[in-house]
Order: sequence, then structure tokens, then C-alpha cells
Amino acid sequence: MVDQDRNYSSKTPDDKPAPEQPQWRQDFPIDVPQENYVSRREFTKFLVLISGAFVFGQGWITWENWRRGRRGAPPMTKIASLDTLPVGGSLVFYYPSANEPCLLVRPDEKTLLAYSQKCTHLSCAVIPEVDKNRFYCPCHHGLFAMDDGRVLAGPPPRPLPKITLQINGNDIYATGVELRTTT
Amino acid sequence: MKKNFTRAQKMVVVGGILCFVLVIDIIQLWLITATMNSYLGGDSGVPLPAFIVSIICFVLNLGLLKFLYQLDRPL
Repeated sequence: MVDQDRNYSSKTPDDKPAPEQPQWRQDFPIDVPQENYVSRREFTKFLVLISGAFVFGQGWITWENWRRGRRGAPPMTKIASLDTLPVGGSLVFYYPSANEPCLLVRPDEKTLLAYSQKCTHLSCAVIPEVDKNRFYCPCHHGLFAMDDGRVLAGPPPRPLPKITLQINGNDIYATGVELRTTT
Repeated sequence: MKKNFTRAQKMVVVGGILCFVLVIDIIQLWLITATMNSYLGGDSGVPLPAFIVSIICFVLNLGLLKFLYQLDRPL
């Protein structure tokens, strides 16, 4: 009677009758199609959960975007003096907050350029190579052009955020951050 | 008219639903990646429409999930 129930309720992978199955399968019969059905159903439920997580993530980005819009432009801040920055030199400053390292470079007498120091790939600190007219990210060998911060090589998806500058007499001021998806 | 599906039919239905949900999830994954890239690039016009589209995808998934539950409910 028990064996009949087993035959009725379980289906084996090779479709052979129960007495021909190995002992372990007779002791612990597994209904393979039913197992497949349940596992696919449970996987589908898990995927719907993942879908909900994506919605949560999108909501978080939307919230952060709204907060950024309300924050407004960062204040104008003095970052250096022309005297302290020789031609071909560079210096690190923090703008608009103490957690945002930036680079100020002076490739020639009349040019001053400033960019965020965080690589747009994984936020490693980029190194200025003024003689080669580029920024180099040592983590994954990303390269950015010094002229406009565009990506020259490597995995970074976006150009370096540009810091807009203003020069008053001998003083250099940072006036804003220009985020870009393309140059 | 509601009908009891055989086990083989249920298997096909669950497979179909799984494919639909998977495709919708992949669309949502692409959407969140593109939204994050545009947000970090300073484009403030993208996140809200993308959020709405993602909600629509989730609602579609919930509808499919409801159908999945109905499939196992006895008549």
C-alpha cells in the first residue's frame, strides 16, 4: 500500500518503477517535477523581491537628487594664491566640503585648471601628470585629459567633475562644481 | 472561468511567468544603472521618470506574482 502511494505521489528522473530504484530513493522518494515546479516558483518570488529592491534604489536616487537640487550652489571659497602655485605644479584642496579632495593644476603661466580628485570609476585619487597633460588613476589605469577632464583610457564612465575658478588679484577662488556625463 | 491546471501545464505557466519577471528585472537593472550614471553626472531630469517606470515594472511583477499564487489555490 505504501509503495503504491509512493508510485502515485512521486516521479523519478528515469521513470523506472519503484522496486527498480536504488534503496536510498525508495527510502526518501523525491518527486522531481514537483521539486522543479516549486523551485521555479520560489525563484520567481525571489525575483519579484529583487524588483522591489530596484524600486527602493530608484527611490533613494530620486530622493538624493531632490535634496541636491534644494542644496543650491556651493559657496565661493578661496583655495590658493597664485604665488604658491608654480608653473607645472599642482596642489590638493577640498571643495565644496572637507570630504571632497580636488586638484588645482597650472600647466602654463596663464592657465589654471581644477578638477575633483576622485576617479569617476571607483573614487580612487587621481595623480596629475602635468608633463604628459593628463591625470592618471593608479587603481585601474584610468587616464583623463588635463584640458577638459575627459576620459582618455580605462574604465571610468564619466569625465572628472570640473571645479570652476575665479581669480581675484593674487587669490584663486573655487566657485562651483560642474558635474558632467560627457565633455 | 477558472480551471484546475495539470502539473505539466502549471510547469509551463510558471516557466513563462519566470521569463517575464526575469526580463522585467533586467530592464530595471539597466534602468537603475543608467539613472545612477546620470545622477552622478549631474543630470537632474532623469531620476524621477526612471523611478516611475521602475514602479510600473514592479507593479507588473506583482501582477504576475498574484497569478502565480492563484495557480496554486484550490478551486
